Amino acid sequence: MRLKLRIWRQSGTSGEFRDYDATDVSEDMSFLEMLDELNERLIESGEEPIAFDSDCREGICGMCSLIIDGRAHGPELGTATCQLHMRKFHDGQQITIEPWRARAFPVVRDLVVDRSPLDRIIEAGGFISVPTGSAPEANDVPVPKEAAEAAMDAASCIGCGACVAACPNGAAQLFTSAKVAHLNLLPQGAPERDSRVVGMVDTMEHFFGSCTNHGECEKACPKEISIDFIALMNRDYVRAKFSNRALAGRH
Amino acid sequence: MERSREGLEKALSEIPVLREEFHKDVRVLGGDEQLNQSLEKAGRVSDFLEFSELMCADALHREESCGGHFRVESQTDEGEALRDDEHFAYAAAWEFNGVGSPESLHKEPLDFENVQLAQRSYK
Repeated sequence: MRLKLRIWRQSGTSGEFRDYDATDVSEDMSFLEMLDELNERLIESGEEPIAFDSDCREGICGMCSLIIDGRAHGPELGTATCQLHMRKFHDGQQITIEPWRARAFPVVRDLVVDRSPLDRIIEAGGFISVPTGSAPEANDVPVPKEAAEAAMDAASCIGCGACVAACPNGAAQLFTSAKVAHLNLLPQGAPERDSRVVGMVDTMEHFFGSCTNHGECEKACPKEISIDFIALMNRDYVRAKFSNRALAGRH
Repeated sequence: MERSREGLEKALSEIPVLREEFHKDVRVLGGDEQLNQSLEKAGRVSDFLEFSELMCADALHREESCGGHFRVESQTDEGEALRDDEHFAYAAAWEFNGVGSPESLHKEPLDFENVQLAQRSYK
């Protein structure tokens, strides 16, 4: 396959699209391997390679990003960019590749952005209370099956930031709600439930835009996390704000 | 996976040549003023080319089989790992003396007070 690529190059504070021809692209390549090949050629010709993030390349680490033809992680639903294969494109196609576009994610270089505001949200979530010592008997704390499954769905968030990149407001509600829910839904996360949701939501508001229920995040999410979690987070937040935390054990 | 004196000595003779070739031929574009992923990768390879030599030197010096370190010269009649606690019951800490110079060995003895060293059987 031959492809025409329009790729965002940025060094410093301003950038531009540059055109590249990708030749000899195999349909079995992943999207990132296609960029690796292009970079090899750029290095050979004396041009600096295109910077982009990746790590595990099997859809679990959350490092890869890229807006491909205007869509976070490309045209396929429920996949990260590393899991996208060139067979989903056709010979001669033009593909536009951009970094995540969001005010909270400044571009570091080319297609690499700084996603550390997501780490600030995680830090604001604090800890869970776990008694140390020998492992407790597994059946001491019953967990409803529905709660366990919902918590597991939320915990599949890999923290890539596609939800933020897809949102017209640059909001991080889907990410934050998934991180809140995977603890708040479980009895083990109950003691710090209120302080967790308040800390995380307040930190999120500091960096990101506001949610207006567009739902673009759910479509962009490589793990297909449901926006139902946003409703759960909003409920928990209001509940925490109105509850008497002096009595509930304030953290 | 096994290690032999012959194989380790061969590796030790080839690694310095590879390292020299790498530093002569490596091509890293761009500078060090901002994010440079090529520089990161080159730094990692450079590190491996130093560390691999030490790993081989350490494996060559430990003339016993222990854990994941299986020396073909040190095995039982049944092909199981054979330890040599009399000579090698220590952790080897190597002091860096510059690239290409042999590292100095510091022995950290393994002292067992409550249990006695024994050969494990997987049968």
